[in-house]
Amino acid sequence: MTAPSITTTSAKSPAVPTHFDVAAAVKDSAKAALITLGLSIPILAYRTDQSGADLFLTPRWGLVAIICAIVFGLRLVLHAFMATRSYRKAVPSPRQATEAVHAEPSAYQKASRFGIPFFLGIALTFPILIVLIQGGLNESRYWVDLGILILTYVMLGWGLNIVVGLAGLLDLGYVAFYAVGAYSYALLSTTFGLSFWICLPLAGILAAFWGMILGFPVLRLRGDYLAIVTLAFGEIVRLVLINWVDLTNGGAGISSIPRATFFGLPFTAGEGGFASTFGLEFNSMHRMIFLYYLILALALLTNFVTMRLRKLPVGRAWEALREDEIACRSLGINTTNTKLTAFAIGAMFGGFAGSFFAVRQGFVSPESFNFLESAIILAIVVMGGMGSQVGVAIAAIVLVGGPEVLRNLTFLQSIFGAGFDPNEYRLLLFGVGMVAMMVWRPRGLISEREPSVILKERKAISGSLVKEGHG
Amino acid sequence: MRWLQDPILDVQHLTMRFGGLIAINDLSFQAGRGDITALIGPNGAGKTTVFNCITGFYKPTEGMMALRKPDGSHLLLERLPGYNINWKAKVARTFQNIRLFSGMTVLENLLVAQHNPLMISSGFTFLGVLGVGGYRAAEKEAIERAKFWLEKTRLTHRADDPAGDLPYGDQRRLEIARAMCTDPLLLCLDEPAAGLNPRESHELNELLLSVRKDQGTSILLIEHDMSVVMEISDHVVVLDYGIKISDGTPPEVRNDPKVVAAYLGVADEEVEKVEAEIGA
Repeated sequence: MTAPSITTTSAKSPAVPTHFDVAAAVKDSAKAALITLGLSIPILAYRTDQSGADLFLTPRWGLVAIICAIVFGLRLVLHAFMATRSYRKAVPSPRQATEAVHAEPSAYQKASRFGIPFFLGIALTFPILIVLIQGGLNESRYWVDLGILILTYVMLGWGLNIVVGLAGLLDLGYVAFYAVGAYSYALLSTTFGLSFWICLPLAGILAAFWGMILGFPVLRLRGDYLAIVTLAFGEIVRLVLINWVDLTNGGAGISSIPRATFFGLPFTAGEGGFASTFGLEFNSMHRMIFLYYLILALALLTNFVTMRLRKLPVGRAWEALREDEIACRSLGINTTNTKLTAFAIGAMFGGFAGSFFAVRQGFVSPESFNFLESAIILAIVVMGGMGSQVGVAIAAIVLVGGPEVLRNLTFLQSIFGAGFDPNEYRLLLFGVGMVAMMVWRPRGLISEREPSVILKERKAISGSLVKEGHG
Repeated sequence: MRWLQDPILDVQHLTMRFGGLIAINDLSFQAGRGDITALIGPNGAGKTTVFNCITGFYKPTEGMMALRKPDGSHLLLERLPGYNINWKAKVARTFQNIRLFSGMTVLENLLVAQHNPLMISSGFTFLGVLGVGGYRAAEKEAIERAKFWLEKTRLTHRADDPAGDLPYGDQRRLEIARAMCTDPLLLCLDEPAAGLNPRESHELNELLLSVRKDQGTSILLIEHDMSVVMEISDHVVVLDYGIKISDGTPPEVRNDPKVVAAYLGVADEEVEKVEAEIGA
């Protein structure tokens, strides 16, 4: 098969500005910066400070320089953006071809070849790297803790991805299953003294059961209606946890939940503990590192099962359901059962993550399971690109790790003054990021869909063809 | 009349009302085993409603639709849940406005059609996730079957392209291939030739004839393209305003004055005569 001629000829046609005219762009940007300079001299360059009866002029030329630099930079970016956009618009995409086009590996496919092993390697060696960088176990506590937090959200994102990304059912109450998992472990371990390893599957099963209970009444709903009912379900679970004081101890929560043990060996000082058994010096960080690897294993399990399910008939049926429910029914697929399995399996992984949350915190209360959590998990899935495992992982790192990075940007204080706290601008930047996503990547970071089975060659499927599901 | 002796589908007194609107009124017809039966009629005659009743998208207000299996047993379609009409009664359909899984590849579309047998061989997912059981072999077999239909519909070279990228004619053929992958006894095609050029609709005729000959699948089709209807069908049922106005072989139907009147209208001076004839 040869590529259609339209793609190659119009790319060369003179009407299309194929290259980006750097000199002109720089010139124009400099002009814009100059105008900014002219405007900011009377407005920004001097501040009047009153001290008693006297008025002082404080020069702020640094600020003026920064503003001009920002304007220059933004103008340059705008030029680059406009040039690429007009180029892209002028060149027809190979999708418009009527004949098969030989597949070029997409940028994502190229990157993922070395990117995925690289990130997996980092994730596996993260505690060791951090200990080496920070120079000690105790110094790395913050970073390992952050790693655990990010991985928890990666796992939740992957769990919700089954429901939202694959089956196309918009679930705004995913945190309910997270709560079911957490309270399952908390109650089973404090009441019956069951160990974490027994409670983990039980929590998953209970959450899956609740997923089905939610699934049954909402199966007939679609789109916005489904979203509202699942949102309500999330709130109901939280309110029950608050008000059923006999069982859940209400808003005070359940404390002194047994900590995780290393397959029976507790992380305590003294005889019989993890440290003394392995001849190590006791350090509370051992438990943290164990928790890190535990959540990493759980997250990878979620990923493995999801990847596996995608290649099984049930996974294909989920995606087909997202594409066209009526066609599914005409092909003999029981849509009710298929939707229920998606809800149940998604909820099960939420339950696993919940019981991990309980064992890590040692304390659960209803306040940890509010709507904001659901919204963040959903934002991770939507930002990552619905159905894309790698995209969800990247989005979780950005959305959960990003605010923490912001906390550490103390050098900004030297620019914006000592009182500047970058953390206060967290939500602002979050919003800017979201708007930017909507403009440039409306289908998420990785919108392309990977086919689950191939005959001859692997071609990525453009996100514009993949439907988002209708509820 | 072959369709009366060995019908695969026996529709009796089918009535479908939507509130006050009677879309189908007391319709009875038979589709013969191994026949290509065409359901024709002017726009709004209720053809697609008949299809939606047969394939379980509507529950008929009144009437019976019996699917007779080769072993002589029969299933009442109006009593089956929607998805079982394909799985148990082996009735497959295509849609007037093509309904492919556009974000999935052509091959994936054909594998989704084999969902139920694959589901069983994957141990209802439990064995498949663990990687035990015969799923791998079953999937290979399913791909072989898909390849057979890709070959037959001349789509092999596009097997790994998303279905939404295919040109219109290919999408129509893919939908037929997808329906055939469910291994149906009766294939219901809703305007398969709509939007096809003469060459494509000629190819469609050949495809449908070979489906009937090689697979033994009976075909029920709705069509406006008379070159398709008259050329390949063995039996034509004509609907107008939800009522059957003619039923017979293509030449019989073509010469039936009621059909001509329904399609073309009649000259003013003949109105009374025709009205008397059709009993209006």
